[in-house]
Amino acid sequence: MWKTILRRLLIMIPEVIILSILVFLLAKAMPGDPFTGSINPKADPEQIHHLMKLNGLYDPWYQQYWHWVVHLFHGNLGDSYQYQEPVSRLIAGRAGNTLWLSLFTMILTYAMALPMGVFAGRHEGQLPDTVIRVYTYVTYCIPFFVILVIGIWVFGYILGWFPTTGSISPNANGWAQTIGSHLTHILLPGLLGALFGTVNIVQYLRSEVIDAKHSDYVRTAQSKGVPSKDIYRHHIFRNSLLPIAAFAGYSITGLLNGSIFTETVFSYPGMGLLFVNSIIYRDYTVITALVLIYGILNLLGTLLSDIILSLVDPRIRID
Amino acid sequence: MIAPLKLIKDFGPNFRAFIFSQRPIIANFQSPKLWVHVVVNLYIFVVDRLRMTDHQFWGGIFVETANNFLRIKDVSTAFKINGQYYDAISHINLEVHHDEILAIVGKSGCGKSTLATTIMGLHDPSETHITGEIDFEDTDLLQLDEAGYNQFRGAKIGMIFQDPLSALNPLKRIEDQISEVMTYHTSLSKAAKHDRVLELLNQVGITNPQRTARQYPHELSGGMRQRVIIAIAIACKPDLIIADEPTTALDVTIQAQILDVLRDIQRENHAGIILITHDLGVVAETADQVAVMYAGQIVEKGSAEQIFDTPEHPYTRSLLRSMPQLDNQQDDLYVIKGNVPSLQKMPTTGDRFAPRIPWVPASAHEADPQMHEVVPGHWVRCTCYQTFQFPDEGGVTV
Repeated sequence: MWKTILRRLLIMIPEVIILSILVFLLAKAMPGDPFTGSINPKADPEQIHHLMKLNGLYDPWYQQYWHWVVHLFHGNLGDSYQYQEPVSRLIAGRAGNTLWLSLFTMILTYAMALPMGVFAGRHEGQLPDTVIRVYTYVTYCIPFFVILVIGIWVFGYILGWFPTTGSISPNANGWAQTIGSHLTHILLPGLLGALFGTVNIVQYLRSEVIDAKHSDYVRTAQSKGVPSKDIYRHHIFRNSLLPIAAFAGYSITGLLNGSIFTETVFSYPGMGLLFVNSIIYRDYTVITALVLIYGILNLLGTLLSDIILSLVDPRIRID
Repeated sequence: MIAPLKLIKDFGPNFRAFIFSQRPIIANFQSPKLWVHVVVNLYIFVVDRLRMTDHQFWGGIFVETANNFLRIKDVSTAFKINGQYYDAISHINLEVHHDEILAIVGKSGCGKSTLATTIMGLHDPSETHITGEIDFEDTDLLQLDEAGYNQFRGAKIGMIFQDPLSALNPLKRIEDQISEVMTYHTSLSKAAKHDRVLELLNQVGITNPQRTARQYPHELSGGMRQRVIIAIAIACKPDLIIADEPTTALDVTIQAQILDVLRDIQRENHAGIILITHDLGVVAETADQVAVMYAGQIVEKGSAEQIFDTPEHPYTRSLLRSMPQLDNQQDDLYVIKGNVPSLQKMPTTGDRFAPRIPWVPASAHEADPQMHEVVPGHWVRCTCYQTFQFPDEGGVTV
């Protein structure tokens, strides 16, 4: 097992190199430059030209790339043009926020989706199943940001239960208030994110349960005289959770990716919001760093999914 | 002490059942007090039975009256299709005895498997409508609820499925899948179950039971998986084993081995076996009794010799004629023209096989075909068998 994991990690090296080149070129290919519009619009184009030259932005791409990589290995992701701050510090400051929000959303998503999916599959065609299906279809049909805006409007604005922006109240003093304030700020975005995130898992799980219910091995269990309660517990649940378990590997990478929609709508200072702002302001250094991190996380997520799947499914062994 | 009067209810219909009911007492043979109990119980049993007729009395003690322990009476199973019920099998009457293999033959879609799953109670009650009676050891299975059925399934009736790969749970070790049956029907300890699993695997001809017990279904070959399925079915020594095409997915050498295993088990446990197959070769090799099904009905039943030596019904004769024979070196085999109608289009009156033998005049068929006993124990549906001839035998009379 460890050999396979090591091998997969080694294979990731060329993958990451190719990824980094692609990321770098993509960022280069974006129109605009970091200086136009970000400094005084009356500034002399000559001066912008000078700044571009100073920052090495006229060098051939491979030279710029090499520069970037060398700095990367020194832990230097460059400075953000927008914030005038090292990218690494910028990201480190946001990663925590995103991690907590995503973790909360993920736990909530699975806590809601697993019982719902299993219940709907078990009572296929009956009233509770219909209710759950209608819920998933309706939620799926509405664009996510609309759900978020409606959520803010209803719970944050009309009812006033939750704060609608930021990650912490400026008035929070002491550790207890800090934690409490953090929690109240992630409640609404987490809840709405989970509401949307459950849809896929519920539908997937529901059809898996229905498939398992009609499978031959369940018929075998019935012919053994196993009560249906135990058939669900021992045969159907575990088998239908397999694809969901494989999925979990990817969702763990989502812990740091953050949700662009949620964070933007809630102005929640996380990675997703940082990403959107960087694109708007053509903050190349931040964009490349973030896309690279996302890419590496996805590669790790794939590996993680494979490992999880091999642990839960005896048919898949990676040794 | 167990009150003797209470036990009377559990005596059952015959001597065998009585002895069986005394088992917990006999097991404690060291205690003379309990032997007194057995004697008292026996006395009450005999006195109780003296009220019966002579035949019943002696029959219960010396003759196995409950030999035909499975009796299927007028059973029909209808499936719901687009809100309407259609009979998949209609008015089936069958008996299975101890120490006997009953083969049910017919082509796919004729209702063989439906019959098997009906006996096992594996149909979703909201989608099926079952009528009739299935008497199994003095219980009408069709009257049972799920919990009641689970007392029989696995314990007294074992089922062997057609596709050995999909019939096993891919995520569970072989040992767990076999011992699961015992969990619900015996009070064996974990270690005892483990021993029994190894014993069973050995019995079904697996050479390295220790290793196989630890393996997962995908690590086994098709023949091994089918053996595991058989081991599951026989784990609790059932009186009745239903084998639904147990050899279809296997190659011929493995087929023969599996059939041998089945026969050995039947001899050892004195079980009755219902063998469902479309393979006439398998039937000829193993069956004692044969029932031929066509379009949800039994068209002919009798002993294996009767069916193979003197087949009567046109369908049985067509089937046997379409089988390759060593002594018959014709170029072409006989082909039964036409198709079995779908459930929705099944005619409700008349001979269902009539459209497949169009040269037989309508007058030869019965309006409502019944089973006729040709010779004792040999039953044929419809009267058309009396005059039926194949076209090349001069049967084209219309």
